[in-house]
Amino acid sequence: MKRDFIPLLLVPGIIIAALPLVGSSESWATLTLAGLAMGLMIFVMASGLTLTFGLMDVLNFGHGAFIAIGAFVTASVMAGLAPWLKADSLWLNLAAIGPAMLAAMAVSGGLGLAFERAIVRPVYGQHLKQILVTTGGLIVAEQLIKVVWGPDQITLARPTALRGAFLLGEIAIEKYRIFAVVIGLAVFAALSVTLNRTRIGLLIRAGVENGEMVEALGYRIRRLFVGVFAVGSALAGLGGAMWGIYQETVTATIGAQVAVLVFIVIIIGGLGSVGGCFIGALLVGLTANYVGFLAPKVALGSNILLMAIILLWRPQGLYPVARR
Amino acid sequence: MSAPILSLRGVETRIGRYHILHGVEFDVPEGGLTMLLGRNGAGKTTTLRTIMGLWRASAGEIRFAGRDITRMSTPEIAMLGIAYVPESMAIFADLTVRENLVLAARQGPPERKRLEWIFARFSALERFWHLPAGHLSGGQKQMLAVARAIVEPRRLLLVDEPTKGLAPAIVANMIEAFRELKDGATSLLVVEQNFAFARRLGNGVAVMDDGRVAHTGDMAQFAADDALQQHLLGLGMDAHQ
Repeated sequence: MKRDFIPLLLVPGIIIAALPLVGSSESWATLTLAGLAMGLMIFVMASGLTLTFGLMDVLNFGHGAFIAIGAFVTASVMAGLAPWLKADSLWLNLAAIGPAMLAAMAVSGGLGLAFERAIVRPVYGQHLKQILVTTGGLIVAEQLIKVVWGPDQITLARPTALRGAFLLGEIAIEKYRIFAVVIGLAVFAALSVTLNRTRIGLLIRAGVENGEMVEALGYRIRRLFVGVFAVGSALAGLGGAMWGIYQETVTATIGAQVAVLVFIVIIIGGLGSVGGCFIGALLVGLTANYVGFLAPKVALGSNILLMAIILLWRPQGLYPVARR
Repeated sequence: MSAPILSLRGVETRIGRYHILHGVEFDVPEGGLTMLLGRNGAGKTTTLRTIMGLWRASAGEIRFAGRDITRMSTPEIAMLGIAYVPESMAIFADLTVRENLVLAARQGPPERKRLEWIFARFSALERFWHLPAGHLSGGQKQMLAVARAIVEPRRLLLVDEPTKGLAPAIVANMIEAFRELKDGATSLLVVEQNFAFARRLGNGVAVMDDGRVAHTGDMAQFAADDALQQHLLGLGMDAHQ
């Protein structure tokens, strides 16, 4: 069976190419881990968005709202469980951070359902209106966050067990980044198993490719889309929780800020492709960290440049879905 | 002639500013194999898509097995037992041959006996069972598109230009498969440009012209009337070879 392995080689390629440029192997290892952790957090936020676009051609510029809500809900739950977070027990820390992340997913997923019903559904098939109303939805959500949580940024302290770093020789490995990598890989594995080993996954993959034919086979693609939209929103909430803890502060615009990276990732990966989204997210995370270290002045534009290079090479993204 | 399983009365379809179907009327008898013929742009594909609910009829009525399906959604229509093979084939290129057929089998995994029947006619599908469908040749994709529609018994099969670009040996297998389906419990409505194929296969015919049905009747009579064919389809004698 022919598989396209070239995009897969980009990640190890960029990691190896960065070693001589960075010079110090300790700095290189630290930057690589930071890049992978950042990439996996972006992947968690972006995976749902790429599927919703693939399934129904919906351009949801309000995706950042679910990220922001996830971060704020996490902040509230963690504030309520502060004694467990400050405890010296890993298990108590996890007993606090786990419910916080689950609550973030539940609230963002529920908000996603309402968002789809009230804002997205009336504008199916109308891209310009989708951009306008979902952007409006994001602005409203940001204002509602300010009403509920106040206009100031909120500090989000990491659990005791996830603060600091391990030392492997001269290499510092930040504990929270390991945690983010584990969660990100677990989400990727769960999505891969669902998409490739279950009937619902088969339907999603087929629907991304040709929704009309899936309907002609007797399946209700809109119901499927609503489910994927809710799960995608929940994952955005989880990503927002991880990102908020990573930044240690949350603001109402946290979602809008990171949404730029999310869009770059899904465009690089190929709209509708979860595998492409995964590779794209790792490339974006690694590039941001390496360039931030090597040439801080161009760091802001590095991901746009990466996207431009990849689109010049593959105009439909790394793994274009067959229909597109 | 048996009672119609599908009947169209005064069906009109508009796509944007364009008025494509102008009061289409014809029947597909139960257990029959009706060929829908016509020149390019006559409205044949639009008729199939309208029956399937992929484009909405703006007027008229479509009845299937006595039920009005004019306003039903596409999944509802499919669940009544109508399968559709579009001209574009619309196979899922990123899914394997197996996954394409598993998805089409709504009642559960495809039955072994049914699969063997399909493989006996379209052996390439068994050979490339685990290959992504996008890697198949054009003819093999057409086989898969047809196999997907017949992987489970259906009451009515709508097929749009099944022989387009196919090798003669595959066309013969397809004719055999359609005839066996007809002899079972499946009725067929097949859009076709290849008149030689159409006359070998069909027992009823509806000919469309400019968004209307210009002629309906028995295929044998139509095949014997060169003047009518010339008038409706613009065919010369070479089309009969």
